[in-house]
Formats: sequence, C-alpha cells, structure tokens
Amino acid sequence: MNTTTWTLAIKEFRSYFQSTIAYIFITLFLVLTQWLFFQGFFVIGQATMRDFFALIPIVFLLFVPAATMRLWAEEKKLGTVELLLTLPVTDWQAVLGKFLAAWAFLAVTVLLTLPLTLTVVSLGNPDNGALVGGYLGSLLLGGAYIAIGLWASSLTQNQIVAFIVTVVLCFVLYIIGDPIVLSSIPKALAPFFAGLSLSAHFESIGRGVVDSRDILYYLSVIAFFLFLNVRSIESRKWS
Amino acid sequence: MIEVRNLSKHYGATKAVDDVSFDVPKGEVVGFLGPNGAGKTTTMRILTCYLPADGGTAKVAGYDTFEHPVEVRRRIGYLPESAPLYLDMGVIEYLGFIAGMREVPKSERPRRIRHMVEACGLGSMVQKDIGQLSKGFRQRVGLAATLLHDPDVLVLDEPTTGLDPNQIIEIRQLIRQIGEEKTVILSTHILPEVEATCSRVLIINDGKIVASGSPESLTRRAAGGGAARISVKAIPAVVEPKLRAMAGVERVSPLQPLRDGTSRYEITAHAAPGGGFGGGGGGASGGGGGGGGASDGLEESLFRLAVENGWILTELSAETLSLEEVFTRLTTGEKSA
Repeated sequence: MNTTTWTLAIKEFRSYFQSTIAYIFITLFLVLTQWLFFQGFFVIGQATMRDFFALIPIVFLLFVPAATMRLWAEEKKLGTVELLLTLPVTDWQAVLGKFLAAWAFLAVTVLLTLPLTLTVVSLGNPDNGALVGGYLGSLLLGGAYIAIGLWASSLTQNQIVAFIVTVVLCFVLYIIGDPIVLSSIPKALAPFFAGLSLSAHFESIGRGVVDSRDILYYLSVIAFFLFLNVRSIESRKWS
Repeated sequence: MIEVRNLSKHYGATKAVDDVSFDVPKGEVVGFLGPNGAGKTTTMRILTCYLPADGGTAKVAGYDTFEHPVEVRRRIGYLPESAPLYLDMGVIEYLGFIAGMREVPKSERPRRIRHMVEACGLGSMVQKDIGQLSKGFRQRVGLAATLLHDPDVLVLDEPTTGLDPNQIIEIRQLIRQIGEEKTVILSTHILPEVEATCSRVLIINDGKIVASGSPESLTRRAAGGGAARISVKAIPAVVEPKLRAMAGVERVSPLQPLRDGTSRYEITAHAAPGGGFGGGGGGASGGGGGGGGASDGLEESLFRLAVENGWILTELSAETLSLEEVFTRLTTGEKSA
C-alpha cells in the first residue's frame, strides 16, 4: 500500500458522496434496518441487538451490490479504466484502493446505526461482547460481500449484470451454511459447506466470541476475491 | 526517448502490430498516421503499459515497458482516444486527483494545477463538473491532466477528434507548443493535422510502418520522380508520341483539353536514381529525400520539348501530391513506383 492507493481510495470514497445515491443509500439502509428491528423489539421487550445483526446479512445482500456495481463497470463503460491503469499504479493497488473506498463507505453506513445501539444500551443492559462482535462481524461480512461485488463489477460493463451476479454469489455463499441446506446434503459434506459459508462465521462472531479463525476466514474470502479481481483486470493483457 | 524494436501484438488471428521498430528522440513530435484499425492505438497502449506486446521491446526514457511499467508510466502523459474522464468530478478536483496519483509534491500541486488550467485555457471552467463541459473543453481537461506531472513523453491518441475547427486549431497550437520541450507521439487519421503539428510522420497500415519521414519528404517520395501537367497548341497525334519518347517518363495520360486545338496531358516521371526518392517502402529511419530536383527536371525538359517542336505552351504546372494522396497510395496497397 502506498500513497497512490490512498489517493484512489479517497477519490472513490468521495465520489460516493458526490452523487445523491450515497445519501439515498444510507437513508434507506437506516430506515429499513431500524424499521425491521423495531417490529420485534418492543414485543420481545429485551435490550438486545441480536435481531438487528440478524438482519444484516440479508440487508447487505441488496445494499452491498448496489454500492459496488459501479466501481469497475462504469470505468469500463466510460473508458476511464484505460486512464486509471496507465497512471503509475499496479493493478493490485487499483483494486485495493477501490476495495478500501467501498469498505469505508459501508463502515460509515454501519456506524450511523450507533445512535440506535446507544438507545438500546440506555434502555437496558445488553451484552457488550455481542455488540462489538455484531459490528465487527457486519464489517467483515460486508468486506467479503464487497470483495465479491468488486470482482463481479470487473467482469462486465453493465452495472445491472454486476449487481445481479453479486447478489446471486453472495446469496449462494450465505445460504450454503443454512441449516436447511446443511440437512439436505450428504452428511460428510455438511461441515465443509458450513465452513465455507458466510453465515456460520457471522453468527459465531455475533455471539461475541471473536475467534481468530472467523476473522481469518473473512480475510481469506476478501483476499481471494481481490485476487480474482486483479486477474480479471489483468485479463485485458491476455489475447 | 522512445525506442521500439520489432514490436508485435496480435488479437486472436489478427495482427494488430506487426514487427514495428522506430525511435523517437527527445523533442520530436511524431505523428502516427493510418486508417482505422491500423494498429495506432495498440502501439500506444503498449507504450503506456496498458497492454503487453507479444514480441519485441519498447523502451521509454530507458525503461522497458514490460519490466518497469510503473516507471514508464511515471514518465508518460497519456490521453486515450476520445479523452475518457470521470464525469462526476469537478475540473479542479479531477486535476487534483491526477496530481495525487502522479505523486506531484503536495506543495507544488496548486501551482501546477493553476499553470495547466491557464495553459489549456480552462480558466472559465474551473467551477464546473467535467460532465457539464463541451467536448472541446473535456479534451483540454484531458490534455491538462496529461501534462500535470511535467512528463518527458506525451502520448495522445487522436487528440482532436470531435472538436470543431476552431478548437482543433487551438489544440494543435497547444501541441506544437508542448512539442518544443517534450517528446510527443500523437495518432490521427486527419492528414492536415500531421502537416500542422508533426516534425515526423510514421504511416502505419495493417500493423506495419509503411513509410516514415517528414511530411514534406513523404509527399515528395510518394510522388516518385514527380509529375507535371502540360497543355500545348498541337494535335494529340503529334504530341503524345514525343512525350512518350522523353527520357525518364513513366506514364503519359491524356486529360480533357481546356481549349480547342490544344492537347493536355499529365506526365509522371520515373523515380530518378540517386535523387533521394526511395519510392514507397522505406525503413523506419527519418530523413527521406534531399532537395526536390527531379520534379523541376521534368518541367524543364517538358518546356524544352515544347520549344524544340515549336508548340505554343498554354499550361505547364508541377503536380505535388498532397499527403492525402500519399496516404491513400500507401495504405491501399498501390505503390507509386
């Protein structure tokens, strides 16, 4: 990582806020998650954020692809990718810069739910470990979704295609850890599927148990898809 | 500054660049001239390390494009075809971003940006978003961005496409001005542009360099030994055989006479040996022809012929091939000699 990676990340981060899309995005995210959360909050009558974090993987499934679909597809469509990749940056730096920008944008969105958390904290005595774990898990899960979305965006000029590919991929990676799926596949494969799935690791972090294996899992998923992304950016060079 | 040796690149079965070699010394403005799909853009993309070559080497400022792509890119300012830009950014913001990516020292950025805004005539546009600008101003923003880090080499892919005539003239002036200090490679398929801006032309066709030299030497070279038009007051049956019998005449083609009782012809001379007119082909070395002797010779001999035969001369003019004709001859396979 060097200054050009940062320069690119800052530019991409700011470009989220240059269009109104960022504000619509953030508003929708906050309204949707909090509305869904408060549906059950008073019914249960417990000062817990568990239900809130349970929403995250599904809500992200729609929000993250919307945030990443533009990143490469638009550059390809406008031809600016040639501009970017003839600046003195390596392909890795360009991919990393974009990833960090999207991740930072997601972090801002997620951190804007802090008032909600503080409200819940003031109402009762929630498990702080679960809160920290929930936020950490959300960021890691979001990072994995972003890496997938960024890669999908590099495959096409069409943002809608990038969006759909990302939704499908994230959904598949999420659902393979679901009990329904796990119970319907051969027993021997179940642990493998569970280990590979985005959901199992999210749940274990969300419980407040921050296991280095879970963190390593997300970092590996991120690294793997960033690697695919670099390869797909490089693919212009293969004739 | 730029050394290209036996460069080749193919897409599938098509050869986009085929064994191209050339050098561009410091301070030269070189024009790549060729029809669409001749390999101009591909060559530029290899030079700017966007695409790798399949064979051969390209060096910019001593750095190999394959081994040190980042070093090469640092020294190049590249304006891709149709000047793609981030349309949602403001002019100054964009230039600031490029300055950052180019690692222009922070303290120098405001000065460099102000300088480029002035040099490229963007003063009235600084408040606007790039998306709001007209094509001409976008092109200038692109050009300003390529110059921000004071590169040694400028690579401009069709810098004047889509501009109106006034803008074209302005951009050309700018390029000429830049070319006084820097090495510039520009591609175009507009011929007057080459004559207006370039000190040397490389005509590319089907991925090969088919001619190289100054615009003047190319026009002379393609004209072979020269061509002239003549009208005399005499009947064709008398004139034509005598014209054909002249030494060094390659072709005599009758033209529509301008007045009754005259005969009008176009005469093309053979390339005079040793006259410096290589005719077609040609290597990548610059230079080209010497002084334009042969064409003068043809007119002189035509005049003498008329005097000897007592024909009254009503027209005698030297034909100079325009670069357009040179281009057509070289790129459609028709050779002058």
